[in-house]
Amino acid sequence: MSERAIEQTDFTNRPLCLSGRGVTKIFGLGDKRTVAVDHVDFDFHEGEFVSIVGESGSGKTTLSKMLLGLLNASEGEIFFQGKPRDISTGRKKKEYWKGIQAIFQDPFSSFNTFQKIDTVLLDCINMRGGKHLPKEKKIEMMTEACGFVNLKFAELTNKYPFELSGGQMQRLMIARIFLLRPRILLADEPTSMVDACSRATILDMLLNLRDEIGMTVIFITHDIGLAYYISDTVYIMEHGKFVEFGKADEVILNPQAAYTKRLISDVPKIHEEWDLSTVDLLSQK
Amino acid sequence: MGKIMLEVKNLKTKYVTRFHEDVYAVDGVSFTIEDGKSLGIAGESGCGKSTLALSVMGYYFSPLHYISGDIIIDGKNISGMKPDDVRKSILGSEIAYIPQAAMNALNPTQKIIRFMEDVIHAHDPKAGRKEIRERAEARFAELGLPPSVLDKHAVELSGGMKQRTVIAVSTILNPKVLIADEPSSALDVTSQKMVIKMLRELMGKGYIKSMLFITHELPLLYNVTDDIMVMYAGQIVERGSAREMVFDPVHPYSHGLMNSILVPEEGTRGNKLTAIPGAPPNLKRPPDGCRFAERCKYARPECRYSMIPEKSFDAGRMYRCLLGVDELKEVYGHE
Repeated sequence: MSERAIEQTDFTNRPLCLSGRGVTKIFGLGDKRTVAVDHVDFDFHEGEFVSIVGESGSGKTTLSKMLLGLLNASEGEIFFQGKPRDISTGRKKKEYWKGIQAIFQDPFSSFNTFQKIDTVLLDCINMRGGKHLPKEKKIEMMTEACGFVNLKFAELTNKYPFELSGGQMQRLMIARIFLLRPRILLADEPTSMVDACSRATILDMLLNLRDEIGMTVIFITHDIGLAYYISDTVYIMEHGKFVEFGKADEVILNPQAAYTKRLISDVPKIHEEWDLSTVDLLSQK
Repeated sequence: MGKIMLEVKNLKTKYVTRFHEDVYAVDGVSFTIEDGKSLGIAGESGCGKSTLALSVMGYYFSPLHYISGDIIIDGKNISGMKPDDVRKSILGSEIAYIPQAAMNALNPTQKIIRFMEDVIHAHDPKAGRKEIRERAEARFAELGLPPSVLDKHAVELSGGMKQRTVIAVSTILNPKVLIADEPSSALDVTSQKMVIKMLRELMGKGYIKSMLFITHELPLLYNVTDDIMVMYAGQIVERGSAREMVFDPVHPYSHGLMNSILVPEEGTRGNKLTAIPGAPPNLKRPPDGCRFAERCKYARPECRYSMIPEKSFDAGRMYRCLLGVDELKEVYGHE
């Protein structure tokens, strides 16, 4: 196994890319009121690889939808590049989405079934203002993007998304990001539906892409081993609150919150004994 | 050496596509599981893990077809039996199966107790309702599931609870072999741990005699099973004890697979994940020689000439590669 150089960069003195103060999301009213995200504060810096880790139902996806601007926050404010985010009109929202892009969990439902792959990639070029470029230049750009994710553009032209495998689709999503060059990439469990082997490929591509275009990556996952491997900073989320955050090494190797300790002890490991006695089978979970 | 519970000899099965092409999904697989032992199967998507599970339990419904080989459960050969007969006489009592999407396996309109009745009635039509309820409650209590679950519908249960209910229902008749096909892939870590604890308890109390556990999560396999088998393109490429397979894999494919492990332990962060390039071969026309040769860093021209036989070494280990064990270990050492 060869070594990967881990940069111990201090991100705290870099400019802020996305931050939030008291961000809250409440669903329902009265008795059915559910607080999905409960007054969270966060600071994501430029070029930082951030992971948000939590169990099912902890509010990770709700938070990610608010960050993307797909849901409005009930309370609190989100700041984009230091300024309060304004997505009140459709045009402003579109402008915001040039800066933030996402990869979702299910690659099969991420593409429009009726659009050919060329169209998907051409849209990205047009969105970045490359509409008037000559055709050869566009093809060159698409070939480069596909090459970056080990896909062959010549084999993909005139194909529809359903003709690809799950791993290929997920890589095509990354090729889109390569063309769009956003400031922030939000990846919501992009590897939970692929096997261990393709997972390694996708993670490596995300890390390379981060280095190539210097974007911030917000990685949402329930796999704490994965978060430890890939991220600079880790936020641990429980019942809509951040119970702990900090540098990956500090949080994972020396957890403070009880919840973090439990999450880490629940993951099967290979160098330590896996203690099965910590779970109570009679609990109604 | 314990009594052999499940023996599979040179099993070959195929899928027949709409266009009448044969896809050889399981091609010459042999293994044995002894009483009280568990065997794990690892491999990437599409390597034939789930097909092997279906084939072992005699589930030959089109498009899956049996070609040749023997499946012997506790001395009884079930190969060549009609799938309907297998379902009536073998499934549940001799061999139980937990599918990957077990959470969707429960009929939403029925209470859990009805599934218990179904399973027991299939093998013992005279059993009374009261007797079944007593048996079910006793088993649920022993496995740490609240007996109140029996009167609930599937929609009232969480994912982890559903999965554990499915396991309890499918093992009520004390099968000799349990086949678990990715039982925890869709669960979060805490529910996964509960499922594993329950499987361990079933084994410990002797309700199931042996287990075949399929997953692509290697750290999990290491913690659950005694032995691990790695499957690639329909064939077994390596077999050994869990410890040997994780810390000392021999076959280049297993070596690559073990390098994709992610665990939250000190020092693992700096390791470079080595993804295996390329894609598995098309099983409609499997290559003549080594099936992994296309993606193997150490492949030689002679690897592609003819099928590589299984070679055994050490005590009970097996691998399928042209290169010798020492040769392979030496090249890994240079990396």
